[in-house]
Amino acid sequence: MSDMISKLSYYATFPFVRYALIVGILIALCSSLLGVTLVLKRFSFIGDGLSHVAFGAIAIASVLQYATESSFSELIDKSNQMIIVLPLTIISAILLLRTGQNTKIKGDAAIAMISVGALAFGYLLMNIFSTSSNISGDVCTTLFGSTSILTLNLSDVWLCIILSIIVLFVFVFFYHKIFDVTFDENFAKSVGTNTNRYNLLIAIIIAVIIVLAMNLVGSLLVSALVIFPALSVMRIFRSFKMVTISSAVLSVICTFLGIVISILASTPVGSTIVAVDVVFFAIFSLVGKIMRRY
Amino acid sequence: MSIVTCKDLTLGYETGAVASNINFSIDSGDYLCIVGENGSGKSTLMKTLLGLTSPLSGEILFEDGLKKNEIGYLPQQTLVQKDFPASIFEVVISGCQNRKGIRPFYNKEEKSLAMQNIKKLGIDEFIGTCYRDLSGGQQQRVLLARALCATQKVLILDEPVSGLDPLVTNEMYQLISDLNKDGITIIMVSHDINAAVTYANKILHIGHKIFFGTKEDYVHSKIGRRFLEQD
Repeated sequence: MSDMISKLSYYATFPFVRYALIVGILIALCSSLLGVTLVLKRFSFIGDGLSHVAFGAIAIASVLQYATESSFSELIDKSNQMIIVLPLTIISAILLLRTGQNTKIKGDAAIAMISVGALAFGYLLMNIFSTSSNISGDVCTTLFGSTSILTLNLSDVWLCIILSIIVLFVFVFFYHKIFDVTFDENFAKSVGTNTNRYNLLIAIIIAVIIVLAMNLVGSLLVSALVIFPALSVMRIFRSFKMVTISSAVLSVICTFLGIVISILASTPVGSTIVAVDVVFFAIFSLVGKIMRRY
Repeated sequence: MSIVTCKDLTLGYETGAVASNINFSIDSGDYLCIVGENGSGKSTLMKTLLGLTSPLSGEILFEDGLKKNEIGYLPQQTLVQKDFPASIFEVVISGCQNRKGIRPFYNKEEKSLAMQNIKKLGIDEFIGTCYRDLSGGQQQRVLLARALCATQKVLILDEPVSGLDPLVTNEMYQLISDLNKDGITIIMVSHDINAAVTYANKILHIGHKIFFGTKEDYVHSKIGRRFLEQD
């Protein structure tokens, strides 16, 4: 035990570990907030689709980086990829939610189409315009986030903090509206709420969260971070407020545990966090079942 | 004094008209039942009255100070709601969303209005219960309380008793009838023609032939007799 603590405190002296913890916790907090809405609106898969789009966008960004290498390569470093990745993902999110609104099947198909297409093009671009000798390593990092969380610099951290604050503020401010359009869109529309506007808002927040969370767990595992906490606490809690708050708390706990375990056991960060999420889901399901019986 | 008037209304979607030449007016305090076969355009008419879809032609006039978003709506339950983790209070107070406007949180007045309507519909004993754990009849009461938070004037009910057992169905009709006696105008879309002629004072029958008039006229009309015998 004391061994573990001394190892942890040793690691805590490195700034990149502290950065990883700060960013990890912020991302966990934000990503869990809209999980409830996405799960309940049957949009769970959108997270997955968007993360693939973001993967394609990262590929485009790195190609642009390659193409402009000679002139201003310093300008477009890793964090500046955001300038390309974020808008592309937001646009895709808007398109996906637009098509998914009234026609369920079309929405499903659209998600599959866009996500797989983006994945394929992303990998293709990365291969054709490869900037490094280790393409499979790059791809693996983007898909599973294996090391990117540990290579954050200070500007990444600040970007993450600012975006998280914006997401949190928007969510709190529009909390009741988000509830209204999630619970009953037709009723909301009938009393004059502009549901399209709030669906758009949800799409944009989700896109921002996905792009943020890709740093932490990589694009393949992103939707786990969004939906697992929500699904877990929905087994036990019975009001929207409690579900929202507790999923945020659970998400932060899981991510913290995941990062610490990954440091101690030298496992990949992203998959460790998701594994912890899965374990907690199992525990919550069990507790939920027992509670219902008695 | 009529509060809603529909003139030469043609309903439908881009693909074509569902029903046409609909003319009727609703007075304050009316209990109007909209009946007709499946696919005759009942739901479309209701959605048009609520402003969810726009009519192909014709117009709907809201008079006597009634605003378009002052109509309370009891929709049919959706799949999403079946396992929605929300407390009764959260659902009911969401009826105040148009009052609240852009303000991020509900104020005292809105909270007390929600409580009032919860008590009015006799669901205050379940206040801490989760919406998804309630029985079908109780869920309908919760949604009705929510609709009452949105309006003091007009309620539009979409098949309010579908999926309820006979006992609960009668309770529900009684409840709606009581609300009507309190002065709330009721517009109900229903399959249940017998209940329609029992509780409503006006009937709108849409289909190939359109009938609008009092319940008594409807029972004696050709179209009404045929429809009643079928049932």
